[in-house]
Formats: sequence, C-alpha cells, structure tokens
Amino acid sequence: MRYLPLTDADRAAMLARIGAPSVDALFDAIPAGQRFAGTFDLPDHQGELAVERRIAAYARGNIAAGDVPSFLGAGAYRHHVPAAVDHLIQRGEFLTAYTPYQPEISQGTLQALFEFQTQVALLTGMEVANASMYDGANACAEAVLMARRVTGRNRAVLSGNLHPHWRDAVVTLARWLDFEIVVLPPEPAGGEDLVAAVDSGTACIVVQNPDAFGHLADLSPLAEACHAAGALLVGAVTEVVSLGAVESPGEMGADIVVAEGQGLGNALMFGGPYLGLFATRQKFVRQMPGRVAGQTVDTDGRRGFVLTLSTREQHIRREKATSNICTNSGLCAMAFSIHLALLGEQGLTGLAALNHVTAIRTADRLAALPGVRVLPRAFFNEFALRLPRPSAPVVERLAGQGVLAGVPGARLWPERPELADILLVAATEVTTDEDIEALAGGLAEALA
Amino acid sequence: MSAVRFTEDHEWIRTEGDVATVGITDYAQQQLGDVVYVELPQPGRALARGDEAAVVESVKAAAEVYAPVDGEVVEANGALEGDPGLVNRAAQAEGWFFRVKLASPAQLDALMDEAGYAKFVEGL
Amino acid sequence: MTHSTDLARVRAVPEAVPLASVNGHRGLAHEEPLLFERDNPGAVGVDLPPAPKVTPRLGTVARRGPIGLPSLSEPDVVRHYTRLSRQNAAIDTNTYPLGSCTMKHNPRLNERLARLPGLAGLHPLQPVSTVQGALELIEEVARWLRELTGIPVVAMSPGAGAHGELCGMMTIRAALDACGDAARRRVLVPESAHGTNPATAAMCGFTIDPVPDDGTGRVDLAAFVAKLGPDVAAVMITNPNTCGLYETDIAELGRKVHAAGGYLYCDGANFNAIVGRVRPGDLGIDCMHLNLHKTFSTPHGGGGPGAGPVVLSAALAEFAPLPWIVADGEGLRLVEHAGDAAARGHHPIGRLKGFHGQMGMFVRALAYMLSHGGDGLRQVSGDAVLSANYVRAALMDRMTVAFPGTCMHECLFDDRFLAGTGVTTLDFAKAMIDEGIHPMTMYFPLIVHGAFLVEPTETESKAALDELIAVMADLADAAKAGDTARFTEAPRHAPRRRLDETTAARRPVLRWTPPADTAQAAE
Repeated sequence: MRYLPLTDADRAAMLARIGAPSVDALFDAIPAGQRFAGTFDLPDHQGELAVERRIAAYARGNIAAGDVPSFLGAGAYRHHVPAAVDHLIQRGEFLTAYTPYQPEISQGTLQALFEFQTQVALLTGMEVANASMYDGANACAEAVLMARRVTGRNRAVLSGNLHPHWRDAVVTLARWLDFEIVVLPPEPAGGEDLVAAVDSGTACIVVQNPDAFGHLADLSPLAEACHAAGALLVGAVTEVVSLGAVESPGEMGADIVVAEGQGLGNALMFGGPYLGLFATRQKFVRQMPGRVAGQTVDTDGRRGFVLTLSTREQHIRREKATSNICTNSGLCAMAFSIHLALLGEQGLTGLAALNHVTAIRTADRLAALPGVRVLPRAFFNEFALRLPRPSAPVVERLAGQGVLAGVPGARLWPERPELADILLVAATEVTTDEDIEALAGGLAEALA
Repeated sequence: MSAVRFTEDHEWIRTEGDVATVGITDYAQQQLGDVVYVELPQPGRALARGDEAAVVESVKAAAEVYAPVDGEVVEANGALEGDPGLVNRAAQAEGWFFRVKLASPAQLDALMDEAGYAKFVEGL
Repeated sequence: MTHSTDLARVRAVPEAVPLASVNGHRGLAHEEPLLFERDNPGAVGVDLPPAPKVTPRLGTVARRGPIGLPSLSEPDVVRHYTRLSRQNAAIDTNTYPLGSCTMKHNPRLNERLARLPGLAGLHPLQPVSTVQGALELIEEVARWLRELTGIPVVAMSPGAGAHGELCGMMTIRAALDACGDAARRRVLVPESAHGTNPATAAMCGFTIDPVPDDGTGRVDLAAFVAKLGPDVAAVMITNPNTCGLYETDIAELGRKVHAAGGYLYCDGANFNAIVGRVRPGDLGIDCMHLNLHKTFSTPHGGGGPGAGPVVLSAALAEFAPLPWIVADGEGLRLVEHAGDAAARGHHPIGRLKGFHGQMGMFVRALAYMLSHGGDGLRQVSGDAVLSANYVRAALMDRMTVAFPGTCMHECLFDDRFLAGTGVTTLDFAKAMIDEGIHPMTMYFPLIVHGAFLVEPTETESKAALDELIAVMADLADAAKAGDTARFTEAPRHAPRRRLDETTAARRPVLRWTPPADTAQAAE
C-alpha cells in the first residue's frame, strides 16, 4: 500500500526486536470480546486512478457556483483567488506542519500568524487579533462569551439582522451557561433601533454590518450607547472584502470585531473549512479566546515568534479556560493572509470598489423589473430584493436554467413567512454583464 | 506587632491591626517559575475564606489564589501589573497581592505559623 | 552521529564572529522580514480592471482613512512565503513523532481532489437539487464512519476535535434535559485526559470531577465506580488513552455508568490505533468524536483547519446538531431548521457551524479511506502500533518507560532516566532539533513526570524509525555522560535558538506597529 513504507521484512525484523510473535499479538491488551471479529462492509484498497474516478463522479453530480452565473452570498462569497495563494499553502512545510509547539523550528508558521494578526487588526480597526477560529459564526459566539467574562453581565442582545446561522451558533454555544441571549426580530427594511435594547444588564450588543439584508449603518451611536451603559459592542462582518470600502466596526467604536474571512483566499467549498476573524482592544487581550502568536527574542537577541498567553487555554486551564478550542484555522488563515498580501492597500480597496460597482449595476438592472424592489439604500456587494411572490420556487426554476439567482428568504428564515418573498443577491468582481443579464432575463420570465 | 500565617495552598497572610496583607509564598513562586501576569481583586470586593481571590500565571501554568480568611478587599498591589516579576523577586514582601479588612480575625488561628509551614513544605 | 564534530565546530567559533552576515542570510538560511517591512509603495500583486465611475451607495460609512496594508508584487509575496516555509519543520521534511497529534503522511491525491471545481466551487446555500453529488459524498464519508465505529448516527458539522467533543457533550446534556433530569451535573474525567475534555464539559454547564489513574496509566475502575451516583451525567474516557494504553476496563465501565444512569463519552482522538480492529459501538460508547486529521490523514496545516464528526448512539441521535442529510423521495436534502427537525421528532442541540461542516476535509478523508480500503485501515493501525512498540523496545534500556508492557500507537517515557543529569525533558527535546528530528510531545500527559510521548505513526519507514531511535539513544547516553552543554545550549542549528517566552507573555506584542508609532509610544 503506497502510504505504508514498512515491508513484510521490516515488520518481521521489528517484531523480533520487540519479542512479539505477530502484529496482532501487540493488540493483546484488548480483551478478546472487544475485538471486532466480523467483516466490514467496505471496499478494499484502491489506486489513485480508481479513487480519483470515484470522487470525480461526485464532483460531476453538482452544478458549481464557480461555473455558472451565481449571485449567492449570505455569508459565503465567490471571489477570484490568485494562483499564488493555492501554490504557497500547498508547500509541504506549511501544509504538513502542526501547531507550532517548538517555536525554534516553526518560525514560518508563527511569523505568518503574526502577520495575519496584524492584517486582521488593521482591517477591523482594532488593536489585537487572534490567530483565527473555526469560522465567523463561531468567532461571533466566542465574542459573546468573552463579553460576559469582561462585563460580568448575563445578557447579550443579538440584532434581528444578524445572519440567522450566526445567531443560531451563539444561541447553541450559550445554551447551558446560564446566559440569556435576546434575539430581536429581523427588520428587512433596516433602521433597527438597537440603542433602545441597551441597559445596565447588557453584556453586549451584536450587530452585523453590512447586515443580513445588505444594509450598511453607522455603528457609532450604538457604540456610544453601549459604552455609556458599560456594555460591549460586538461588530460582525460576514463579507470581509467589504472592509476595503466600508469603515470598520472598530473605527466606529466596536469593542470586539468578528468576521468570516472566507472571502479572501478561500474557496466556497460547500461551506467549509473557513476561518473566523477575531479582534479586540489590547486591554481585553487576556480575556480573548483562541491561539495567539507573539513577538519575542531568542537567546542570541534575534527577533522571533512564539505562541503566547497560553494560560488562557484549555491545555493549561482545563475547565477554567476561556474556551475549549484547541486549534485555529491555520491553513485557511494563511490563504487569507497571502491573498491580502498580494492585494495590498490598493488591491483591496480596488477589489472592494469593483464589488460595489458590480452590485450597484446588478441592483439597478433588477430594480427595473416589474414588482421587484431593492431594499437597502446603502449596501456593499449584496442586497435583499422583495419579489412579488415567494422567492424559493423562483430560485429553483432559475437553477434549472443554470443560474444560481441568490439565497431565498425561506432558506434562512423559514419560521418567518413574511420573509418568503425576500431574495438575497450578491455580486462580486467575478460577476459579468452576461451573468447579470442571465439573472435579469430569468427573473423577468419567472415573475411574468 | 505583625504575625505571618500560612495556608496549605501556599498563601501567606500578615496582619497589622484589622488589616491583613496576602500574597503567595516563596515556595509557590519557585514552583510556578517566571510569573508573567497577576489578576487581582477589585477593592471593595467581599471575600469569604476559600474564595478565588486572584490568579497568578507563569508561561506554562496558572494558579488560583484563595482568600485565607473572610474580609473585604481594601487594596490591590498595582505594582504587579507593570512588573509581575516582583512576585518572583520578593514573594513575601513587595510582591504581595492584596489587603483585606478582616471580618473574623479568629480564622487566623486555624492557619499555620512559619515553622508549621516549613514543615508542611518539607513533606511535599 | 556527527554531533561531536558539530560541537567542536561551534565551540571553536569565537563569540565575536557574528551569527549574521552582511544581509542576515547564510547560504540557504534566510532572515525574512515581515510583510510590512517589505512594503514597496506603488507595487501591486494583483491586476484588477478599474472600477467604472459610479456614485457609491455606501451611505455615511464609506471608508475614509487608509487601512495600512503593505504593497508587494507577486514575486515578492512568493519569495516571502517560500522563505518562511523553509523555517518550518513538517512531516514532509522531518520525522515528526509528536505524540497524541498523529503526524502521518498527508497524501497529495487528497489535495488534488479537494480542489476539483465541482466540489471546491460549491456554495453552501445552492439549491439542494444542484448539489446532489456533494451530499452523496458526505453521506459516503458518514457511512464509512458508521461502519468503522459500529455506531448508528454521525453528526458531520463540528469543525475540529474539540468542537466535536462539545457537540457530543451537548447531546448528552440535551438528553438529560429532555427527561427532566436536572440532578446530573457532574462529569468524571481522568486526570490524564486532554485539557479539552474538562473545558468542554464546563461549556455544557457541568462540573468536573477528576479521577486519578490506577498507577499503571489506565483508569482506576474502582475509583470511577465509587464516584458514580445519581448526579453523574457522564464519564469521559479517551481510548486508547493519552498514555498510549488501551483502556481494558472500558466496556465494564460503560456498563457501570449506564447502570448508574449516566452516559459514556469517548474521546476518539486515538482511534487511529484501533481502526479496523475495534468498533467503539461494541464497547457501550454513547458518543465519540473523530479527528479526521489524525485517523484519516487530512493535513494539520500548521494548526488547522480540522474536522470533528461525532458518532452518536440511538439514544442521543435525536439531539444531533443541525444540519444533517436525509434521503427524501427524489434525492438527498438537508434538514437545516428547528421546525423541520421537530417535524421529524428530533430535538437538535442547535447549530455549531455557519454551514454544513468541513467539506474540504471530508473529501480528503474519503480519498484516504478509499485508498486504504477496509483492509488497509487495519494495516494502518497494525503498523502504527508496531512502530510505537519498536521504538519502545529499542529505547527501554536507555530511557525509562512510564508504564510496563505493550503500548498502542504511542509510547510514553518519563524523565527518571535523566535524574541527576541536570537535563530536562525540554532540553532533550531541543537537542533533538539539532539532530534534525522534530521532538515528541513533552510534559503531556500531566500524570507522568517530565513526559516524553512518542508517536511515530505508520508512515515512517524502518530506516526513519532506526534514525529516531539512534538519536534518542545517543542523547540519553550523552545526558548521562554529563554532556549537558549539548542540551542546555540547544538548539544551535535551527532558524532560532531558544525564545524568551516569559517576555512574550509579560508584555504581549501581538502585531506589528509602524516604527513611527513605536517611537511615539516610547516617548
């Protein structure tokens, strides 16, 4: 078998050294009754070609958003990833290393994480960032738990326009922690009054910008209200590319910023693996969850990097740790970082501008269709439409024509029939004029 | 007149009048290694004996510091914030953690004296 | 061994000779500045078409100031990361016997297949009619996991092993809540357990009751049984455990826990040692997470991403998290919402991930499973255990084995053999770096003094194992012979010598700041 280097001769020699009669004998510690004596209903080993054929058949059983006009967003965005990104993250020294427990021989990973943390802090308008988390939804949940630790208060308020999956991840994680999570109702028209939700018992307010319907808002008044009440403001961003065009939550006064980083460097990949960005103020750093790399010097006085502040983590604090998390989303973070390095200041702002302009063009084209209304006045690259009828069947019909029209309201808010005619439409730099025409034409036909 | 008493969790407590100063013992700081961070209680906090009053962290370990007696915190040692290494250099002097106003001074009688603690550590 | 010559050379170099050269580089070893220090204003690494001039619709929140990102061309970025990569040890470059982490070879076929456009280009919220192949693929991974564990249901969405633990313990908590059992809040965890176990139980609102081992590295059945009671929610056991030993009493413990009304959680981190030979379902386990990067070869990536599917017994199945896949008339679809779940009689704990789970990891794991087949996976566990025992047998006279007898996939030594040498486990590890080998796991499990946890894995050749053995034996001899400088000065031949972790933790510097800012801050 190609991945197993030991030959039968090797095995025999090794068994002789051990003094065991057979490999099976090494498993003698397992009581006979616990060993599996039957046969598995599984195929035998296969060569590369056979495996490749098998998995390629699964791949052919899909219509990929990457191959057709696609306007899907809602927390996962199709962007062009430069070829260098994928090449570099496949270098074996990155791909096949583990958590940098031995910093002297892990400076590559550690320096890359330190650079990643700096990029994230700059993008989010914060002072410090961790080395990434499972995904944006989990970063959001961890932010809420951190706000509880910082404030000692037991209630968090989630904006009704927070992505429903992020909302659910927060509720799930907090479920057994005697922590009240107040979930406000969605307001597709925007203009949600979160200031009214802040009081002296509030640990934090979680607000997404742009929100789940695409609305952009100035978070500064909300930040002031939170701070006046001793609460924290958690700013959530589901499309990280927006930070190239929009003021960051940090600049608007947020205390913790969480974001989904997939939009840079990472493929859609049917939802994972992605990476959660987590940034906060320096003064809260010892309450921050997750891995973090820090700068120091070696015994020769040369700059180097180590994992630090690990006393917050489960391997030392056990049940008193800030979180049970034991990994970051390393390679996804590296892909993010490389993509952002290639973009630079000019590239990111240019990319964001291109996304915004394409979305405006798409919105204007669709708004011209009879009965179709664009909800947000201010948006980045995604906006909610109100259709004159439920959107899910329309999406299904267009999918049959090879156009992925967007995310229907019923997919995200099935418990709210009043949102059934909502369609979330995202456009990025990948979207072409032909794509927009295909969507507009298909929608016109479906709605006629 | 001040007397120092010790706990089995390696805290020391020195009383002066109705106020007592609390820290960790020299033995404890040696076990921890280089102290990198100390989290101290807020003045005004009411502590009951056995409460987690502070946390002391080294690079690879973290330990809770328990209140040796009941009392209200009247002062925390701000010097440890900028210089946690003070705990290593002077654990039983300038590296103190916090001061409490004693609620029941009789609780001190249950704690070890210096000789008793030395014997306790020897047995570890 | 060439270390003595190396030592002679190092010692012969006068202190005054700087380590650095004119530019900091030496041969193939490069000093690489930070991205931010490579900033070359005006350079770009991507060419984008200009955005047409349109009045923006960003309301009042258009970005006003610069972000502060550096500018680099593609060649500069490629060189930067390529140089950084060369400062890493990795499975591809080194023997990497990091116990409890399973640093096995990562097949490149897996990487190719995970990048097939028909998989990598799928959006998670596409209509399910357009992603039938993807759902079938996930179902096939789930089928393999069910078959190999003998446990009927698998929750695929957890993002890593610790996330899987959380999922499993949450289902236990939900099951207790569902039958109104508010008394069971205590979870028994062996002292040898990975730190995620108690941290996870605490996140489910449980209190943790640590249980000592029996002195031979295994759980003390009597101690556990004595602690069982009407307030015990679950017992968390790692099997094989963190000492590399099979928990012989696990089935008996499971019966006792069940009789007492609690659940048996198994940390499946070490399933790689028994895959194809033991079905956890036959041991009475109620739930167990699987780390796909350990047993099924998905890359560690410098610390993730992982994937942590959880197998659940019939009793816990109805509490599995959203979403999951069901066959429904014309094909497969996703149950994504509480309402849909309730209509099927399920009571999910909620949602753990933004979307459906780590698809990229599922593809890789499936490629690995298909490549090995049922027959090959049995060979995998056999070779892993053989390799660990070979290392144990070869070193047991030079080093001190923590517990006697055959081990499973990893062998555990303590530091008794270093007594009186002045050399610590840490020093020993750093000296291994100078010999070109990534150290084993140090100081874990906590129940063993100065632990050395060595997990060679099944993908090291006999020649590589012999080299590992020779290095460790030689170092053990050197320590006993009093050659302490070889240890305390190590590593000498790594990109960095020992790093000051105390300063890093006392005054955390977690990001680069522009020099001007630093100067201002210092004023």
